[in-house]
Order: sequence, then structure tokens, then C-alpha cells
Amino acid sequence: MAASYFDVDGTLVAGNLIDPTLFYLLNQANPVRTFQRLSRAVAKAPAMAMAELLDRRTFNELLYSTYEGMTEDRLFLLADEVFESRIRPTLYPAALELVQKSRAAGHEIVLVSGILDFILRKLGDHLGGCALICNRLEMKNRIATGKLLKPVVAGPEKARLLRQHARANGHDLDECYAFSDSYSDVPMLSVVGHPAAVNPDRRLRLLARAYSWPTFTLSDARAS
Amino acid sequence: MSHPCLVTLDPGSAPRVLFSGDRLVEVDLPAGTRVLYPRPPEPGLADVDAAIRRAIARPENSAPLVERLRPGMRVTVTVSDLSSPFPSVRLPDVRQRALEILLRLLADHGIDDIAIVVATGLRRHLSPDELRRLVGPRVFSAHWPERLYNHDAADPDALVVLGETEYGEIVEVNRRVAESDLVVQVGVMASPLDGGHAPFGLGLSSYRSARAHQNPTVLGRCHSMMDPAASGLHTCLERMGRVALGAIEVFTLLATTNNDAFGDRLRLLAKNEDDLPDRERLLLQGLVQGSGRLPGALRKGLVGNLHAHYAVTSVLAGETEAVFAKALERVNRQLLVPVDGQADVLVAGIPHAGPYNVGAFLNPLLVQHMAEGVLFNAYRGVPLVRKGGTLILLHPCTDKFDHAQHSAYIDFVHQILPETRDGLEIQRRYEQKFAENPAFLEMYQRGQSYHPAHPFFVWYGGEAARQHLGQVIVVGADNEYVPRRLGYQTAPNMAEALYRARGGQAHGLDILCLHTPPLALGDTTTP
Repeated sequence: MAASYFDVDGTLVAGNLIDPTLFYLLNQANPVRTFQRLSRAVAKAPAMAMAELLDRRTFNELLYSTYEGMTEDRLFLLADEVFESRIRPTLYPAALELVQKSRAAGHEIVLVSGILDFILRKLGDHLGGCALICNRLEMKNRIATGKLLKPVVAGPEKARLLRQHARANGHDLDECYAFSDSYSDVPMLSVVGHPAAVNPDRRLRLLARAYSWPTFTLSDARAS
Repeated sequence: MSHPCLVTLDPGSAPRVLFSGDRLVEVDLPAGTRVLYPRPPEPGLADVDAAIRRAIARPENSAPLVERLRPGMRVTVTVSDLSSPFPSVRLPDVRQRALEILLRLLADHGIDDIAIVVATGLRRHLSPDELRRLVGPRVFSAHWPERLYNHDAADPDALVVLGETEYGEIVEVNRRVAESDLVVQVGVMASPLDGGHAPFGLGLSSYRSARAHQNPTVLGRCHSMMDPAASGLHTCLERMGRVALGAIEVFTLLATTNNDAFGDRLRLLAKNEDDLPDRERLLLQGLVQGSGRLPGALRKGLVGNLHAHYAVTSVLAGETEAVFAKALERVNRQLLVPVDGQADVLVAGIPHAGPYNVGAFLNPLLVQHMAEGVLFNAYRGVPLVRKGGTLILLHPCTDKFDHAQHSAYIDFVHQILPETRDGLEIQRRYEQKFAENPAFLEMYQRGQSYHPAHPFFVWYGGEAARQHLGQVIVVGADNEYVPRRLGYQTAPNMAEALYRARGGQAHGLDILCLHTPPLALGDTTTP
């Protein structure tokens, strides 16, 4: 059996990691706490912008540090709302069909994303049940420490986790598929037999063309 | 005495000028070589619109269209796509004229539930610009995109099973077509491969349905594909089409064209080089020199934008099989040239334009299709070349593909062909996997890519040739590995290719040169 590995942000959905985070920051228990957390996040913004350019993993770590102090039950409680208001509206309608095609071909569907597990699970359920390779927050006494549990799902680490998943589930990587929009996911795309560039950025488009990877766009229309 | 279009070269004959991709090359062929030229173009109709109206009013084996219309009915008009005729014709396309007349007629009869489906089959979807070119700006702006769209052979919701043939072939067609009160099929017939039951068996069908005939077994039984009476493909299409016609009300409108690919100015390319007046001989020399010296991009730009001058020779309408029979007779009158006896060697130049590379480069697999699928099959009766004979091609066989259109072709040539060239093994081991490849399917459904099973079908189309020919030699290839991958040898020039065809022996060879385009079919007989 083969698997299809899907990057999420920019590939299946138009949104990015910042949207759910912003939702949590804006929906704190009271306005004072919201203001405090937002201020801290804004202070980190220049560092995040720099990290986004240099290293995706550092960006993820900086972004998720803004979750420090949030309680587990609040994070879980709001996950449905985050999915319904921030992720589902940005899901490309054609993404559902792409996932269905992979499933029809007998593939296990795996979402590979820097999104947090309790949010990504909602998308996985919406897509009809998917395995997840994603980030998890460290909790102490059911309160987020602002750190990510290792391994952090970003950049080249995605490739290692994908290989690990394939080995554990008996998938032949030569028969597996991977879909992503970003040049930063080239390591993940390179380990499977069937890589594809979906809504690719300029660098990935050029690379996909050079190596004859299938290239297509799902971003023509959005779900209402 | 042989037909005037079959010329035997003598020692003083000029070199023949043949296509080799987007170049024209001079080829020295030995005295005694027979060269098969296309017949001169038949005259086109003076008033095509009048012919369309007349055909609709006086159809073959059917009540006139107006008598089959009633207000409020659901009508679907299907239109053949740009794969035929090739190269694409100059505007206006006869299909545009037919659509404008038909749509006006339908509106006059109180019918407003109308959709136009382009019968693309497993070929690529036409872009909005191409659709506008095909149906004309007026029809396009009134119908696109809700009521004018490409058929999608991979969308299960848009397909419906009509039944099975007595051989268990599933007839699955476009849902809108199947659920219409009346279907009007509009098509153009430039060769015997067009028209007839092809729309229901292929153009409007699903992958599941198309593989009933697009397989090495059926396509290996075509002798030839250009002769419906001796073609396994046509027999299967006929069975499937009859199932469809049993379930759907169909009115067929088919225009036949002549073979005027070049128009007045360039018609010399289809003439006997020895008969050209001085002015045309100079022009031909200029074209040969120019095509060799122009920079590649400029040459491709110029050649890619050439449109054929095909004129409409007849318009027929009515019951599908009656229309096809008459149209076939008409097309054969233009294409068939009597050829007495098979040759040991068939020489053919492969031009830049084929049915599956409109707006794209003729990639190596399509070179194979043009050689073994189209030109080898350019006969009625017996093959132009004897069993175990040699086919010599002229083409650069450049390892180049259009990524947007032929993505699956790349994997086919570079992943499958190095493993095996056996059609049955390829079908068994790889076809299903490709056909289900979600990335390729997305490119087919949302882009301008051919269905991932299409390269397989194109390969199977050469099956009869592979079973028949002893060897294929490419002259003028810019590399050796692509021809080798296709199972071909290479030779630096024609003399070397002929030497190899002779097998190093001194005896003479009966050589036949197919001087195309435009297409000519040998009506071959054995002595």
C-alpha cells in the first residue's frame, strides 16, 4: 500500500500558521490578557519575520512560544472554532477532490504540517480521516509551556518523519506521493517516488519544471 | 501504369524534400524509389452555411432535425476537439458555423436548455481561448463556462453507464449527454479515424470505457486503423456506439474536408519536386535553406503558428452510420492512391504537427505515434511495407516535452520504456497505476494535461506496426538514447539507413517514400 503525504498550509488551505495563532491570541479569557499576549506577540514579530526567511523551524518555535500559559482545555475547546472560522473557509474545494483521488487509488492519507495536533485533527476528520505528522505543544500541569515537543515538524525534518512513517506503516517510498506548495518542502518531496508541486512558489515551480514533477494549482476557487 | 500521385524516381530526379520535425530536408533516394504524393486538394464548397442548412433539412436516413425538435426539450450539442483536423484550420472553423446555425434553429423552436460539450475524451481540455477559437466569439460569450465546457473522463459524477456490449465492453458516457432528450453531434472528418461512433466510444466516454479498445490487443488487430472495415478499433467503437444509440436520441452533423494543408502559396510542398516550375523550385530551395538556418525558437514560432487551409468538401447530417458511410467515401476519394505491391522499405518524414500536440512540442512518444500509429497505418488493403520490412523516419527525436500538456508522457518514456516496450506487459504492470495517479489526474482535470492513461494509448497505437515491422531506423536524430528507448536504430544519413535496411547485402530494395503532409493513404494491393 502507498501513502499520499500532504503539506497543508498553501497546499490544501490558503491560510498559514499565523491565522490560528492569532485566533487564540484574540480569544483569551479577558481583554487584558488578550492585550498582554498580543503585545508580546507583536514584540516577537520582527524576529519571526527574520526566522521565516532563514529557518522554518525557528519560526515555528517563536510562533508557538506565544502559546505559553494557555490552558490545555481552552486550546482544545477553541479548536473547533479555529477550524470552522480560520481553516475550513480557506480550504480549496479542489483539495477535497485531490484527497479523494488519492484515497480512491488506495493510498493512506497523511497530513504533514507545522500546525498543532489538536487543530490539524479537525482538518483530518473533515477530509475523511487522515494520519497526522504535526507539531505538539509541551504541557506542564495542563498548561502550555510555549515550547514544542521534539521533533519539530518543519523543513528537512519533514522528510525524516515521512520516511519514518512510511517504514512504520509498510509503505514503499517509491510508490508514495507527496504534495507541497513550498520550496522549503523539497526534502520531503524528494524522498517519495511521486512528488508534485501544488500551487507552487516561484522557486518550487522552477525546480519542478527542471525535474519534470507534476505541477498544478488548486487555488483557483475557495470554499464558501 | 501507376497513378499520377505515385511517382517512380529515375537517376536524374531531384532530391525529395521531406519534413524532419519543423525543418525541411532534402533526401536523396535511389532511382526506382516510388514516392507516394497526396492527391491535389478537391475543391471546397462555395457556400458552407448553405450546405449545413441543406444537410440539416435533408438528412441521411433520419427525419429532418426540425421535426425532431419540440419546445422545452433538453438538447446537448457535442463538438469534436482540436485533435482533428491537424494542423488546426484557419478561421472560421466549420464547427463554429454549424453551431451558430444549430443554436439559432434550437432557439427558434423554443429550446433553451442547451449545453455544448467538447468531446475531448482523454485528450487535454481546451483552454478558454481555444474554446473561443473553436466555437467562435458569439457562441463562446453566450455559453461559456456554464453551458460550454470540456468533457471530463475522470469525473465519476459527470459520467453514467449506458450499458454493455455483447463482448462485455462497458459504455460509460458523459452524464449531460446521456440525460438529454436529443444529442446533436458536430464533427469534422479529415481522415477515416474521425467521425462515426468515435464520439461515444472515445470523445465522450470514460477511461474505463475507452480502455475496451485502447489496448494492445485491439489496436494490434487494426489492418489498418485507416480502414474501418479491417480495424479492430472501429469494430469495437461500432459495438459501443450502437449501445449508446440505443439509449440516446442522436442527430449527427459531419463536415468532410479536403487535404489542403498548405494553401496556394506553399502547396509546392506537396508536389513532385521534378515538376516544379523554376520559381517554385527556387522558393522550395529557400524554404529548405531557411528552415535549416533559422534559430530554433524563431522556426518553432513560425511553424507553430501555421494554420491549415483545409476546405469543406461536403456536409452530411442525419443517422450516425449512414452519415459516416457517405463521409468515409468522400474522404477516401481525397486520400486514397492506388499502390501496386508492398515495399521493402518505407521512408517517411515526420512533421512537427500531430493530433496530440496542438500548442506543444512533438515529444518522442508522439513521434512514435506519428510514425507507427499514423503513417504506418496510412493504407487500405495490405501494409505499404512488407512483413519484416524497414521503416525509415526523418526526425530529430529531441528529448523535449511540454510539461503542462504531457507530464505523464515524460514518466512513460523515461521510467517505463527503459523497463519494457511490450504493450501487454506495460498495460498489466503500469497502466492502472498511472491512470489513478492523483497528481496527473489533477493536471488533466484542472489544467491542460492529457489524461495519465493517454501515453499508454498512444503507445498501443503503434502495436500493429511493431508486430509487422522488422526494424525502424531514424535519420537525423539529435541523440541516440531516445530512439533506442523507442526501440529504433539511428543512422547518420539516408544512404547509411538504406544500407542497413538492405542488411549489408548488395541486392536492390523496393523503396516507397510517403511524401506527407498532407496525408495520403495507399490503397495497396499485392501482385
